[in-house]
Amino acid sequence: MNLDSNCQSMLAGEQGKARQWALEHQIQIGRLFDAEDMVPVSQAHMMADPESLGECGVALFEKFAALDAHERDLRVPLITDPRGVDLECYRPLGQTEEMAGLERRFIAAASELGIVLTNTCINYQTILPPAYAEHVAFGDTGVVIYSNSVCGARSNFEGGPSALAAALSGYTPRYGFHLDQVRRATRRFIVEFQPGTLTDWGILGAVIGKRCGSYWEVPLVEGIKMPATSDALKHFGAAMASYGSTALFHLVGVTPECRVIDSVLPENESSLPVDTITADDCQELQGGFAEEDAAIDVVVFAAPQLSLLEMQQVANLCKGRQRHSDTDMYVCTSQAVYTDALAAGFVDSIETFGGKVLRGTCFYQQYAAEIREANGWSTLLSNSTKIVNILGGYGYRPLLASMEDCIDAAVVGRLRS
Amino acid sequence: MTRTLKCHVGIGAAVEGEALVANDNFSARYDLDRLKGVFSRPQHALCGQSYVDKILVLNTAKGGVATAWMLHEMKSRDMAPLAILFNRTNTILAQGAALASITMCDRFDDGDVTTLIKSGDRLRVDPIAGLVDIL
Repeated sequence: MNLDSNCQSMLAGEQGKARQWALEHQIQIGRLFDAEDMVPVSQAHMMADPESLGECGVALFEKFAALDAHERDLRVPLITDPRGVDLECYRPLGQTEEMAGLERRFIAAASELGIVLTNTCINYQTILPPAYAEHVAFGDTGVVIYSNSVCGARSNFEGGPSALAAALSGYTPRYGFHLDQVRRATRRFIVEFQPGTLTDWGILGAVIGKRCGSYWEVPLVEGIKMPATSDALKHFGAAMASYGSTALFHLVGVTPECRVIDSVLPENESSLPVDTITADDCQELQGGFAEEDAAIDVVVFAAPQLSLLEMQQVANLCKGRQRHSDTDMYVCTSQAVYTDALAAGFVDSIETFGGKVLRGTCFYQQYAAEIREANGWSTLLSNSTKIVNILGGYGYRPLLASMEDCIDAAVVGRLRS
Repeated sequence: MTRTLKCHVGIGAAVEGEALVANDNFSARYDLDRLKGVFSRPQHALCGQSYVDKILVLNTAKGGVATAWMLHEMKSRDMAPLAILFNRTNTILAQGAALASITMCDRFDDGDVTTLIKSGDRLRVDPIAGLVDIL
């Protein structure tokens, strides 16, 4: 790789041990993906929940925090993905003091390092959306696919270690979605199914993601006539990334790199495979998360965290109703949205109903297997196509329904078809 | 007789071990019981099988970013795969392998690595040279 003098200096250890670690890490990745050089980034977003980090991961942050400030001060802002423990509400969820302790240690080390604990996977809706063509180092696949596709920013999936490295160095290896040629469409999808609910958008994203099946595929999507709102595209992208490891989509006439189809087609467009997606395809995917008259142990709204408008929709559906005593309900949002939702009365409506709003966490990042066991949950219902894809591995029986049907199920304790 | 497969230059140190192969994809968060060291997702082709100290041979990486930390955490408890070979990796698995010092290679010249290698094969992986020997 070609390194400028600043990168060479960091690699030589002249700018501190943490920055040297960052460059060594980044060069390994850059070589693997044939990066020619490093590209400066303006901000970074890091996934680092304690379940994923473990004790050794937290210790890494503590090691860096113990260095002199000049060895590890961040070169660009670094914000965080959802935490694993809501310290205001972890005992009722069945989380342990050990989990909370690990979370507290991370928070202390991260704060010392100057990391901003935004604890959100919807930073593109709530913190600082990236600008068109801005090079960033974002973690959380939902954040990356939205930022790349809807904002036109440029990021690879940066796992926690690489987001930290980017914040320390101010650079990331220039490969993948930082390059024009990688951002061109590789697959073309004609959609016949018109998504109505956020769940429909998620299902459609999941079908496309499954068919793509690789980080390196870029779907070009045509035929959607429904309004593509920020929340709709959030669920669409998050599901696509979850099922397909997809990092960028082009929606004709909607996403900024694809005002017209020609702008994202490869030079030899006849080589582009074309797929049709029908209502049956979408029903088939949903059928994998359906069951007649199933008793529901827990209803979850999360993955991604809810926007203020989603909080309002849940709150309105809860008004004047009461949760069934056998069915728990959790809603995950960011601290920033929580503050606004509290002021608007949405939190009160949800909690009067019998739900619980968690701040700065996301359900699947909260020791999902351990809290399942602690609460005796088995069947989980959500309107998030992403979360039902994840939680099977944690021992849940995940079911998928619209937000309205989820609240109805929370009232009667069962999912009625 | 040893057969040598050529792949892209990878990450980590040269290792030798036993292959565990499936034409399926991989995410530490989605697919594993990391405490028990087995594949736990019911739909995964390797569900129920131990991955500890095995050379996993899979199609590609999928899902979220958590695997980048999780490989490091699994390695700290000696409950990690010895190496992972993919037809095509993604950024997260590469980053996780780099942090955890787990050997990883992808992009094989001779085609689909999940058909070139069989479970139980003894392998020697040299990521610096980009070579995998089936011993």
